[in-house]
Amino acid sequence: MNKIRNAFADGKAFIPFITCGDPDLETTERVVRAAVENGADLIELGIPFSDPTAEGPVIQAANVRALAGGVTTDRIFDLVRSLRRDITVPLVFMTYANVVYSYGAEKFIRTAQETGIDGLILPDVPFEEREEFLPLCRRYDISLISMIAPTSAQRIAQIAAAAEGFLYVVSSLGVTGVRSEITTDLAAILRVVRQHTTLPAAIGFGISTPKQAEEMAALADGVIVGSAIIRLLEKHGPDAPRFVGEYVKAMKEAAVAAGQ
Amino acid sequence: MSNPDGRFGPYGGQYVPETLMNALIELEEAYRRYREDAAFNAELSYLFNEYAGRPSRLYYAAKMTRDLGGAKIYLKREDLNHTGSHKINNVLGQALLAKKMGKTRLIAETGAGQHGVATATAAALLDMECVVFMGEEDTVRQALNVYRMRLLGARVIAVRSGTGTLKDAVSEAMREWTSRIQDTHYCLGSVMGPHPFPTIVRDFQAAISREIKAQLREKEGRLPDAVIACVGGGSNAMGSFYHFLKDESVQLIGCEAAGRGIGTFETAATISTGRVGIFHGMKSYFCQDAYGQIAPVYSISAGLDYPGIGPEHAHLHDTGRARYVPVTDDEAVDAFEYLSRTEGIVAAIESAHAVAYARKLAPSLAKDKIVVITISGRGDKDCAAIARYRGEDIHE
Repeated sequence: MNKIRNAFADGKAFIPFITCGDPDLETTERVVRAAVENGADLIELGIPFSDPTAEGPVIQAANVRALAGGVTTDRIFDLVRSLRRDITVPLVFMTYANVVYSYGAEKFIRTAQETGIDGLILPDVPFEEREEFLPLCRRYDISLISMIAPTSAQRIAQIAAAAEGFLYVVSSLGVTGVRSEITTDLAAILRVVRQHTTLPAAIGFGISTPKQAEEMAALADGVIVGSAIIRLLEKHGPDAPRFVGEYVKAMKEAAVAAGQ
Repeated sequence: MSNPDGRFGPYGGQYVPETLMNALIELEEAYRRYREDAAFNAELSYLFNEYAGRPSRLYYAAKMTRDLGGAKIYLKREDLNHTGSHKINNVLGQALLAKKMGKTRLIAETGAGQHGVATATAAALLDMECVVFMGEEDTVRQALNVYRMRLLGARVIAVRSGTGTLKDAVSEAMREWTSRIQDTHYCLGSVMGPHPFPTIVRDFQAAISREIKAQLREKEGRLPDAVIACVGGGSNAMGSFYHFLKDESVQLIGCEAAGRGIGTFETAATISTGRVGIFHGMKSYFCQDAYGQIAPVYSISAGLDYPGIGPEHAHLHDTGRARYVPVTDDEAVDAFEYLSRTEGIVAAIESAHAVAYARKLAPSLAKDKIVVITISGRGDKDCAAIARYRGEDIHE
């Protein structure tokens, strides 16, 4: 049974995104543990891609650092095996279609399941192209997570109704990256989402401060943060786990506060 | 379900972030409406003929024919179009469509700068704002075109991410589009990317093969035996092939940039060295490593320096209807010089790849055979780079 829902079981979830292998896999493993120890409910593990078209400069740079360090899909599967010796929170991969396709979609999805991955986020696979991977994901009990964007409009209903795992609601136009202000009418989007699914919904893109986390958590079931965490890795490198731990703690508390 | 209209066999599709999906749907709907619209077509024809100088000439290259001693060679002179390449065909179509859709701003990627110049030109003509993304390395290789774009009122953004070439310019233009959809049309320059771009661009470029067919019927009373064009993303080739797809007797040949050779890592020959993948919105062939990381590619030609190929070409390759051959830098530079001296035509280094292959093919064919080479652009932009390739230190 897929356990993504568990991440949202006790109220508002905090979901950090971490690019695997930035700056090395050993650091990634310690960062994940620090995040989990400090309240992260689900971890989004990014498999780096040479040309991440949905990412802003911060995560692009993390992809470059990780690939320059020699990380590969196989080594990331090893990381997941190692994490799964004791980490029980749901883990999902975030990567691009070509990483999955070129590995052999079935081999990738089967190995993901064997190593303990619960879901897959592919930002360049919209609703119309889900069939490329969905049958395999279902066969191996991997949730193929759908995204909803500020431009989705009349598409929200069909995406929400067919969603699996949780819904990833993109807060703003554009690519990933820290934003000082989020102006999308997310409340309106989430109202439509709720009419069409009972799955949890988490908001991501542009969130960095506890205040934003609290605001977003008030609207949704969870908050996803990427670039702000990658910045800590960029700044502190192998010393980042401690700083990520502190940051996750503050963000989780802010998210929880919204639920009380 | 994947839109069946967006597939060429298994290739194509719409592999883009959700943020762009409604923009693509809106574009497809607008295109369906306007392609049948008499007023739109009349306006486009007017621009093609009176502004861009269509139809372009189909020139019998008598000296080249004599010199090679085989098939008769005709050159489809897209280099004579306004702005100096075939790119204007697609751009006039898309810019006019965007204008009808109420867009006020065009963004584009460019490699050699030809598509950027064409887009900047159309934007100036139609009173639209224009931003062009160009790999930093290409802004150096093609400095003259950067100036031309600025002269036409466009803003040129040098892309530093990745390898600083065409693929990175495409990625950056896609990123820009996701941040600004309401007033902006992404004027994609080749038969690539997500549906409906491969179809729209092909249809606007299909003027090339429509004209070749009519012009050759008038001159020779028959179909050609082979049509040869260079292929990066593949728009001039798709345009040159399209109206011959059902004429099985016509060989269709796409010339890929092999760079320093298909046995080296410094190549951009996608069909020869790539494998099937999903990137830049489409399923097609891509140069990539074992884990699907897109390979840094290389060619002397900035316009062919792309790790993928349009999805319709991928399908034509699989079905065998067209074949794709690699041409090295050395062969292309030789052909660049050859056509200059033989016919007095300085073709773009991109087009010189097609000329290079024709030099191999024509002598092997009988004298009553006919080969058409599409000269996709003119070579003024390449002169300094070719001089440097030959060891002459000249700068623009």
